[in-house]
Parts: sequence; C-alpha cells; structure tokens
Amino acid sequence: MADISIRSVRKAYGKDEVVHGVDLDIYDGEFIVILGPSGCGKSTLLRMIAGLEEITAGEVAIAGQVVNQMEPRERGCAMVFQNYALYPHMTVAENIGYALKVAGMAKAERIARVTQVATSVGLDGMLDRKPGQLSGGQRQRVAMARAIIREPRVFLFDEPLSNLDAKLRVQMRHEIRRIHNRIAATSVFVTHDQHEGMTLADRMVIMNKGTIEQVGTPEEVYDHPATTYVAGFIGSPAMNFLPGRISTAGRAVVLEGGARLDISAAAALGHDGLLVQVGLRPEQIAIAAPGQSGLPVRFDFAEELGSGRLYHFLHEDLPVTVHSDEKRRFAPGEPATLTVPPVAVHLFDAQTTQSLTAAAALAEARARVNA
Amino acid sequence: MIERTPVLNILTHFILAVGFILLFLPLWIAFVAATHTIQAVNSAPVELWPGNQLWVNMQEAWVKSDFGQKFVNTLIVAVAVVIGKITIAAITAFGIVFFNHRLRMVIFWLIFITLMLPLEVRIVPTYAVAANALLPFQKLMDWTGLTWLIESASGIRVAMEWNLLNSYTGLILPLIATATGTFLYRQFFLTIPDELVEAAKMDGSGPLRFLWDILIPLSRTNIAALATIMFVYAWNQYLWPLLVITDRANYGLVVVELRTLVPDSLTTGGGTPTWHLAMAATLMIMIPPILVVIFMQRWFVRGLINTDK
Ligand SMILES: Nc1ncnc2c1ncn2[C@@H]1O[C@H](COP(=O)(O)OP(=O)(O)O)[C@@H](O)[C@H]1O
Ligand SMILES: [Mg+2]
Repeated sequence: MADISIRSVRKAYGKDEVVHGVDLDIYDGEFIVILGPSGCGKSTLLRMIAGLEEITAGEVAIAGQVVNQMEPRERGCAMVFQNYALYPHMTVAENIGYALKVAGMAKAERIARVTQVATSVGLDGMLDRKPGQLSGGQRQRVAMARAIIREPRVFLFDEPLSNLDAKLRVQMRHEIRRIHNRIAATSVFVTHDQHEGMTLADRMVIMNKGTIEQVGTPEEVYDHPATTYVAGFIGSPAMNFLPGRISTAGRAVVLEGGARLDISAAAALGHDGLLVQVGLRPEQIAIAAPGQSGLPVRFDFAEELGSGRLYHFLHEDLPVTVHSDEKRRFAPGEPATLTVPPVAVHLFDAQTTQSLTAAAALAEARARVNA
Repeated sequence: MIERTPVLNILTHFILAVGFILLFLPLWIAFVAATHTIQAVNSAPVELWPGNQLWVNMQEAWVKSDFGQKFVNTLIVAVAVVIGKITIAAITAFGIVFFNHRLRMVIFWLIFITLMLPLEVRIVPTYAVAANALLPFQKLMDWTGLTWLIESASGIRVAMEWNLLNSYTGLILPLIATATGTFLYRQFFLTIPDELVEAAKMDGSGPLRFLWDILIPLSRTNIAALATIMFVYAWNQYLWPLLVITDRANYGLVVVELRTLVPDSLTTGGGTPTWHLAMAATLMIMIPPILVVIFMQRWFVRGLINTDK
C-alpha cells in the first residue's frame, strides 16, 4: 500500500517561496495528474516527493512513513524525466538494468528481468543500441522501462511526453495508461497540457502560483470548476467570462448592459446584488432560432473545425465564443441571440474568484453517485 | 564563409607553406645534422641533405649519456604525472561542480589562482617543501604551540622530516598539483544535464558510484585530451628535475641529460662541437611524445572541441 500524504508542504529557494503550503492525499494505486502552467511549482512538488529537493516545511509521507529525511533511493519512487535522462554511454539494456546493478542483483537474473521488461514496453531487439541511436518514442520507452523494472511503490512523471510530436504523444499517453492499469502502482504525473491531464487522470490537482486551486476527477473539475482560474484553465476553447450582478428576486444575473441570464434558484439564494463573473462554456451555449429571447450578441468571425465550428461573437464588446455543430452563416456585425440553460451558468464571486455554485453542485453530484 | 577567388587561394596556400617551412626547417636541420659525421656537421656550408651516420650517432649518444635508465625514469615520471593529474583533477572538479557546499567558491578560486602561479614562479617555496614535505605541518605545529606542548609534556621535541629530493615522488608530486586539468573537467561536468544526475540518484547510485559509472565513461575524450597534453608537459620538464635531482645516474631524465650533449665550452673543453650527437639524442627524445600525440590525436581533438556527448 503506497498512499502519499502531503501536509502543509512549502518550498523556498532562499527567500523566494515557490510552493505555499500544499495539502494533498494521494490514494494507493491512483493516477494523479498535477496540472498547471509553467512555473507554478508542479515539478518542485514532484521533486520533493521524489527526494530530489529538500522540503522547506511540512511533511511528505509515503505508505504512512514520513520520508522528509530519506534519500531518494530509500523512498521506493521511480521517476521518468522530461528529457528522458538516459545514460548516453550505456546500451538500452544497461540503462534499464542500472538500478538493479546498483542494488547488487546478479547478472543473469538482471538480464532476464531486463529482457522481460523491455519486451513489455515494445523494445525487443533494441537492447544493444545506445540511446543516441533511438527515436524520441523509443527513448521514452527506455525511460519507462527503467522506471518499471524497479517495481517502485510510486511512479513519478515530470512532463514525460512534452518532447514528442503530437501523434506519438497520444500513443505514449495510451501506453502509460495501459501500463498503469497493469501495474497499479500509485502514479503522480506532472503536465501543463490539459488534454494529457484530463485523459490520464483518476483525479487531477490544478495548481496555480504554488498553491492548489482544486482537486477532483477530470469530470468534476470540468463541470464544477472551483475558481475562475480553474474555469479558465480547463476546457478548450476556454470558458467565456462576462461581469454581472445577481438579482435574487429575478432569479437571474444581470450583465453589464442590462442583458439577463436565468440562473438556478440555489445559486441566486443569499447573494442578492453580489458582483460576479459569469462563466459560460462555449460548448454549452446554443445559437437561438430567430425570434427567441436570450443573450444579444453581434457576429465577429468563425473558425471551421471540421467536427463543428467556433463562432466568435461580441457582447458589449466582450468576446463570447460558441462551439456548435450547426452550420450557420452570419455577416460580420450581424446581430444574433444566444441561449444558455441555467445549469450551465457558472457564477464566481468577482472579488474572491471562488465559485458560488461548485461546492453545492459537487456535493450533490457525489451524493448521487454514492446513492 | 566560402570564397572562390584564385588570388585568395594562392595567398592562403602561400601563408600555409611559409608557416610549414618555418615549423619544419629546424626539425629538418636537426635530423640532417644527426645523420652526418662530426667533420661533415662542422664544415661549411651547412649540410641540407641527410647522410648515412644516423644509426651510428644514435648509438653513440645513447651510450654516452646512459639513456637506457633515463628513458625509463622519464617514462615513469610522465606516466605517473598523467595518471595523477587525471585522477586528482577529476575528483577536484567533481567536488566543485556536483556538491553544493559553502566552501565551493572559495576552493574554486583557490584553484583558479594557482593557474596564475606555475611551478616556475613558485619554485623556491616548492623546493623548500620538497626538501622536507612535512615542513608546512611542522611550521603549523610550531606556530600553534603544539610542538611546545608536546615538548613540555614528554620532553621530546617533534621534528618531522620527509625529504623528497632525489626521488620519483619529488619529481612527480609538484608536477601533478596544477589547475589546468581541473578546469578542463569542470567545463565538461558543467555540461552534464541535472536530469542525468537526478536519474542516477533515483536509480540508487551514490556520489562515488555516479562518478565511476557515469561521469568517468562520459569524460573519456576529455581524459584523452588531458593525458596527451600532460604527457608532453611532463616529458619536457627541465627546470624542476634539474633542481631536485642531483643523483643523475639513478634519477636523471632525458631532457635534462640532453644538456650534457649540447656542445659548449664546458662539455667539449674547446674541442670540436659534437652537434651530431646532440641532434641524434634530440631526435630520440622527441619520439615518445610524438607517438603519444599521433596515437591520441583523434581523441584529443574530440576532447577539446567537446562534440562527442
Ligand atoms: N533551483 C531553483 N532555484 C531557484 N528557483 C527555482 C529553482 N527551481 C525552480 N525554481 C523556481 O520555482 C518555480 C517553480 O518551478 P517549477 O516547479 O519547475 O515549475 P513548473 O514545473 O510548474 O513549471 C519557478 O518560478 C522557478 O523559477
Ligand atoms: Mg516543470
């Protein structure tokens, strides 16, 4: 059992604090993705779990044992690095087997293990090559094999796919998920790519500037973002934001310029007059049929996606993007009307950026799942 | 920058030819002188084409200077300096680059300063230390009062002495302790990606294991380059051996010995200068460094331009 518990962990380089007190529980066998923009402290957090970076304050425990003072090799973690970090002068077999050699395993046994692991990641026939003679994808496989062979309690990945081309990246992503399903070791995967995060994760951790913004399944994070930051970061194309004010009596949010959007009663309750950011996902907005009432906009331009179309509208000079399967033709500047179902209106306190709706909706959703 | 102008071509080739002649002519004259009899060498005009006395001259020079033992000595010193230097430099650079301790920069600058103090500059203190290698420790003990303490407690006055004059150790140690190698290694170590270091850590490899399993194999070309430079450097040493070795029969080196063959009023006593022997000896002495350079050339160039990674 290798659950990881992170308690108020901080990291400072000199006076410069880059991780500000992170609390996180990672369950045994779970695939956790830490997602955030470049420089938000993801790698630092991962490296503190690995033991490559000293923990300034707080506590990291693996399988119930505090590891703060332990050497990397004693922690039972294996790591896959962004640039693979293969030993250039060793053959593929030597690279994969190096940890076992250091651990003092007999040569015959080692070779048997290396061969078996290499086969499992599709590296047969390449064992005698040097890393310089391999393609990017093959190097990635060697890096994976090197981690797998140690049978670690915890797998750590630091953006391992970001040096691959798009197609290979998808392929290796599937591979990693398959390996995880087979081995079922606890995995922590760091990335700045939301697609990678959404597709791989059992649960994801959204980080921003050294703090955790939200932890949840990809579905929860997408459906019920806890802050404007998460809402804007997850989803492609990004969520639209319009400023407004809640009117409890009207059970609506009044946008600047006077337009109204219906909202659910629960969301409106107790927030009368509150200034909010209204978040609308492009894929949850519909273009209304002529004569229907809704959000008045003007057409700006459109982008063809093949599977659908992105319509860029302007509401009071603020951009509103709509992702729709409908093929409609608009002239530039032509007025149109958009409709949004009340459940798809995300409301965030303009001051705190916290969601007014997520917590309640999440609790309700989880209760439904458990029932 | 590829220019295709005939004039420039001719000019560059001309400069190349002049350079070649300037470098080659002295060697050629030495070679020619080594192949003639004493009479032919000393008669005007200067001979420009080789004669048939090379073997005879080489044999005579060899016997006259007792080169057998001295070649062995020189080889021992040169090889020991090379090995010592490669080892010390690797370990020092390893300490400076991969360990994040407080004294790192201090040590780095101390080593850097020694770059500006070659053996020739600090030859007097170095000689004093070679005469008694424990002198610095003795001074330290005297200065801190430790000697006095021991003397008043036990009645024995501590006087440490370790004489390095007339020994291989004395010849070798001061030549090993210089900074060039450390710098070559340091520059290379700095190009090793952090991830590689971390991967080794994750694989459970400790610092020494990392040095041995990963850094040293990756430094092969640097080691070859350093070994070549240092072999030639050690082989050509003159001033230091001249100073520390008075027992020339047992510890003499060939380059120093060459002096006794170069004719001056002392060696010939006013007789005919024996240039033919001096040149024959010079040729023989040049051979080992040339062989080393030729043999290591490929690695040497790669090590200096650092492309093989
Ligand atoms: N060794 C270091 N010294 C000083 N600052 C560092 C060091 N490593 C990382 N940082 C800083 O810490 C912050 C987080 O870095 P990192 O965890 O690598 O971000 P991410 O992996 O999310 O892109 C960055 O602002 C970075 O500049
Ligand atoms: Mg990073």
